[in-house]
Amino acid sequence: MDTPSQLLQLLFTGLTLGSIYALIGLALVTTFNITGILNLAQGEFVTIGALLAISLYATGLPLAAAFIIAVLLVAALGGVLERCAIQTARQASALTLIIITLGLSIFLRGLALLVWGTETYSLPAFSEGGPLFIGGAAITPQSFWIFGLTALTLAGLYAFFELTYWGKAVKAAVLNRTAARLMGINPNRLSLLAFLASGALGAAAGIFIAPVTMTTYDMGFMLGVKGFVAAVIGGLNNIGGAVLGGILLGILESFSAGLISSGLKDAFAIIILIGVLLVRPQGIIGSLKERKI
Amino acid sequence: MAFINKNHFWPGIILFLLIIPLITNSNYLLSILIIIGLYTIIVQGLGILMGYAGQISFGHAAFFGLGAYTVAILTTRFHSPTVLALLGAALLPGVIAALIGRPTLKLQELYLALATLGFGLLVHIGFTEGMELTGGPSGIAGIPYLSVGSFVFDSDIKFFYLVAGILILLSAGIKGLIESRVGRALRAIRESEHAAETAGIDTAALKLQAFIFSALLAGLAGGLYAYYITFISPSPFSFHASVQFVLMAVVGGLGTFVGPLLGAAMVVALGEFLRWAIPVVIPNAGGEYQIIFFGLILVVLMIFQPEGLGALGKRLKPATQKLPGEGYSTKIEAEKEGGL
Amino acid sequence: MLLKIEGLTKIFGGITAAKDICCQVNEGNIFALIGPNGAGKTTIFNLITGMLKPDGGTIAIDGKELIGLKPYQIAAAGITRTFQNLQLFGDMTVLENVITGAYLKGKTGFIKSMLPLPGKSREDLRIKEEARALLKDIGLEKAAGIPAATLPFGQQRLLEIARAMASGPRLLLLDEPAAGLNSMETKELAGYLMQLRSQGLTMLLIEHDVETVMEVADRIMVLNFGCAICEGTPAEIQRDPAVIKAYLGEDGNVA
Repeated sequence: MDTPSQLLQLLFTGLTLGSIYALIGLALVTTFNITGILNLAQGEFVTIGALLAISLYATGLPLAAAFIIAVLLVAALGGVLERCAIQTARQASALTLIIITLGLSIFLRGLALLVWGTETYSLPAFSEGGPLFIGGAAITPQSFWIFGLTALTLAGLYAFFELTYWGKAVKAAVLNRTAARLMGINPNRLSLLAFLASGALGAAAGIFIAPVTMTTYDMGFMLGVKGFVAAVIGGLNNIGGAVLGGILLGILESFSAGLISSGLKDAFAIIILIGVLLVRPQGIIGSLKERKI
Repeated sequence: MAFINKNHFWPGIILFLLIIPLITNSNYLLSILIIIGLYTIIVQGLGILMGYAGQISFGHAAFFGLGAYTVAILTTRFHSPTVLALLGAALLPGVIAALIGRPTLKLQELYLALATLGFGLLVHIGFTEGMELTGGPSGIAGIPYLSVGSFVFDSDIKFFYLVAGILILLSAGIKGLIESRVGRALRAIRESEHAAETAGIDTAALKLQAFIFSALLAGLAGGLYAYYITFISPSPFSFHASVQFVLMAVVGGLGTFVGPLLGAAMVVALGEFLRWAIPVVIPNAGGEYQIIFFGLILVVLMIFQPEGLGALGKRLKPATQKLPGEGYSTKIEAEKEGGL
Repeated sequence: MLLKIEGLTKIFGGITAAKDICCQVNEGNIFALIGPNGAGKTTIFNLITGMLKPDGGTIAIDGKELIGLKPYQIAAAGITRTFQNLQLFGDMTVLENVITGAYLKGKTGFIKSMLPLPGKSREDLRIKEEARALLKDIGLEKAAGIPAATLPFGQQRLLEIARAMASGPRLLLLDEPAAGLNSMETKELAGYLMQLRSQGLTMLLIEHDVETVMEVADRIMVLNFGCAICEGTPAEIQRDPAVIKAYLGEDGNVA
């Protein structure tokens, strides 16, 4: 049954899935490290981005224009939410802030339901042409688009944090708010930037996967959870860790769905989440890195 | 309203609630009150966890569900005595809470939040997929009524008084708890974990006890729910239900005594109202649109009235409780410095 | 000798916050740690109270090793502290703060607290009386019922000491108790500390106000960059050339 080409197929599917989880995990980790907030509404940015782009495309706009407008709109949404909800409660406890993001998450899901209903939507693939065959397993061109987006985002974030003055300043601000203020960095502006960026990143992820998944108003929730799994595997403070965690999760999920039971594929992701939190809350990849030093 | 003695206000309300079954024959009203009572049991525990220990659970619907399924499975599959099954319904979630809480409660709040979120989803999947044991999506029917000796709780009125009795006992116990050394220690943890430790408070153990206690209560409520409805399926135990429990705790007011009852009543009433109102305003729309309102209420409340609506009249806390700059990130910094 | 510290070392990512610290504190003494900001004084407090884990060395109270114990276990061993940046339970009343400080004197647990048992209220009453007595010592008995956060700053500092005293400690660690106090309040504080010492309490004191330190301390240790540069009586410290150079400045003179 399990021929090498079938296993290879599962691997490719897993890599595609994993890249998406990695993207969402990246957005979560970036926001968390800059603001100290674990944004439970991150998955909703993905949903709304995808649905907006689909609706815009349906009005006859070119795909690229629909993409850009949707990404900008969701970035703006992230910014508005940050200004309205997060900034006004800035002095509140971590408990309050996490409840706020929970509230935002279900509010946005409700809005998506109101606007788009319970139907399933889809977007055409970005580039035409049939799948590529490697070793008897197929990869759709859309998968390459997704790999590309993940690689580009990772490279972009890496370059920003490691190579630019502003990125280094942001890293410093994360470590020490007072020092950041002395360097002329306004933590409130950083928080806004983090939400703008995570909105844009979430929307982009949603649009890139829209051609290969069924887009519904409530898909963001599970995607968000898997982003958390990716981030937690990486230890919540590690950009590279979140990417590796996401890809690891995608592959595990693909194999468990293919070889064991597809009904339980979400369960595997959650078992990994709970397992890591209970046994190694500092993250699997985070701890390995620590040991090396 | 000077003629109402402040000390008699809540006892008066409770007395009024207690005679409702005698003056109405609306089964709808009675069943709503029973459900509010069951939710209040859950929110009382959640209130201790959130309002006193300063922790949060996004998975209490799972404990609620585990209680209900324990009763359903023990009584229908193993024909266990109903009181024994109810005991199991409380104990199982307690044991699981101990396993989840022990490692995660030593860390920042968000770790327990994430672990319980995941746990809640996992348990819900378990209910849906565990065909042989849980009956899958169609659930388990034919749960017997709760019976103590030869007395069977087979009517709404009997069940109403059962729940009311449990709530009164529980409230007395919780009042004792929050006014005791343990209650003060829990508040101390919420205010300054460092200072609490220095006072000799084993903060990790106490938070764990609060979490286990809240899970036990959710399980108990779940067991009672199964005996009341006599049929269960996975849907009342979803993540959405966990969110509603958090909402109830927050709406009623964290760290207040009457908050849980108030919160459960308001959220259930709002839910019933929206279920009626939404299809009127938006044709073809179902009750699921209520999550917009629930989400919005949660956000607005946490920003502008984090003490809950129960504290609107009498501000329990002084306005000057935090020094400027004592925001979330300084807290995290402090944890980084003092922590691992 | 009550407290014995040997070879205590703590390194934060390459920066040595405490290096090979040794000291002995006798019962009933006030032992002061002085030194410029960043000299590692608060780090030593955090190490003694178990909030930080040392990279080397031992700390013992009455011969009982403390390293590896959790902060609450160290509190149970008779060591408690105050904080440089106040850590009062701001939402609680003044009295409740002190009562919570006496946590170790109670026995009621989670389950017992919910049951109507008679022993409970007797325990509560006894602790409440003791707490009131402590408030009286610092002159806050009238403020017992107001939220701690609403007290003036100076009284918050005193309250934190009273809360620490409520546990009946053998060793009290005071982290800059006079910071932010005016000279009047500082005098009151010094008087209170002398009163506590006369009751036989042992104290470790971090303080910038040199005048107060010289007045109340039995022995002083001077720290600089995590190292102890000298230790002795106030008179010895004032004469030590290394201290004068490192801490008091070249031409420093101590009042």
